[in-house]
Amino acid sequence: MAYETPQEYIKHHLTNLTYGKVPAGTPVCDSSANLTGETYQESTWIVATCYEELEAMGFWAFHIDSLGWSGFLGALFILVFWLAARKAQAGVPTGFVNFIETIVDFVDSQVRDTFHGKSKMIAPLALTIFCWVFLMNSVKLIPVDFVPGAAHWLGLEYFKIVPTVDPNITLSMSFCVLLLIIGFSIKAKGVGGFISELTLQPFSSSNIVLKIILIPLNLVLELAALLAKPVSLGLRLFGNMYAGEFVFILAAALMGVWQVAVAWPWAVFHLLVITLQAFIFMMLTIVYLSLASEKH
Amino acid sequence: MSMNATLLGQAIWFALFVLFCMKLVWPPLVKALEERKQKIAEGLNAADRAERDLEQAQQKVSENLTEAKAKAAEIIEQANKRASQILEEAKVHARTEGERLIAKAQGEIEQEINQAREQLRKEVSVLALSGAEKVLGAEVNRDAHKQLLEQLAAEL
Repeated sequence: MAYETPQEYIKHHLTNLTYGKVPAGTPVCDSSANLTGETYQESTWIVATCYEELEAMGFWAFHIDSLGWSGFLGALFILVFWLAARKAQAGVPTGFVNFIETIVDFVDSQVRDTFHGKSKMIAPLALTIFCWVFLMNSVKLIPVDFVPGAAHWLGLEYFKIVPTVDPNITLSMSFCVLLLIIGFSIKAKGVGGFISELTLQPFSSSNIVLKIILIPLNLVLELAALLAKPVSLGLRLFGNMYAGEFVFILAAALMGVWQVAVAWPWAVFHLLVITLQAFIFMMLTIVYLSLASEKH
Repeated sequence: MSMNATLLGQAIWFALFVLFCMKLVWPPLVKALEERKQKIAEGLNAADRAERDLEQAQQKVSENLTEAKAKAAEIIEQANKRASQILEEAKVHARTEGERLIAKAQGEIEQEINQAREQLRKEVSVLALSGAEKVLGAEVNRDAHKQLLEQLAAEL
């Protein structure tokens, strides 16, 4: 882990551990990120160890660190809540169960206030999003060199632990929300209702010819509005987390061990951001789904 | 920072965790919360009911108490009445008994007096006769003067 410049350090810390398919002709790197001078004879699945390999990878690449940590944290969430759910009964709750119940009650009241339809899915969905995103954001409070350092010692060149600093993760979740929006819309209004919502609004006319002429315009506008929801949802979370992480890495790159003077207050401030962003992601999901299942 | 198949991986995680949450986590927790809400509502209801019952019981107790007091007063009054009646009867009885005893005693006294008088009469006639004998120095014929003696005795 030799970094000549802060730029290199930052770039290194923002690179994911990637397992992907490189096409033939990609230069081969050794485990220390040095070019060996050889090239791959045919397309191969590899764990990238240098930027040349990373850049050669196309769509078929997985960020192992992001997926691993998000899976681990999601499983942690399910495990902790499942343990609480097993112990939960109508009597007086103990401290741990009480804490979990407080979160559940909080999410439940948010859902009840915002979503007026009937759905068995939306409340657990909101709880999962809130807790999972919160946990994924919280990982950034671990000092930036601890886990990548350990990973490097194990022989992994790149290791980025905060899943929400990866736009793939946040946008993946928000596009899942888009699918749910479409699903809720169709369930509430039927396929015809959903299509007419996309094509006959916001401009409408009583004249049938004018109505048909307005369809493409409406479609463009409504599709843009529909797509803007998940894109803004995912990018908001990613942007906030990326900016926060960037400051941590910058402090580490420029100040070495003295980063704590900047990192500590920034981490305290980020306790707020982490919770707030998790809450916003959950809240907007509920709002979008509630809008989708309302009849106009 | 390229977009890649991580999207798909995360989508699978997402679906999986939401499903787990829906099946394993949410129902028991919400059920527990609902049950507790119901239990608390029932408890509050029971408390209300108990309070009402207590009020009713207290009312009944005070009613019973008043009734008992009234009954006690009645009984005491009756007893007093009866006592004075008994006293009155006793007084009357004592008076009549006393009068009877007095009358009886008086009868006895009179009889005694009469007896004494009778005896005295007899003794007087004997005494008079013997006195007269002494005065006359001779025997007096009792039968001859019987009438005179009887007259004397009757005058006593």
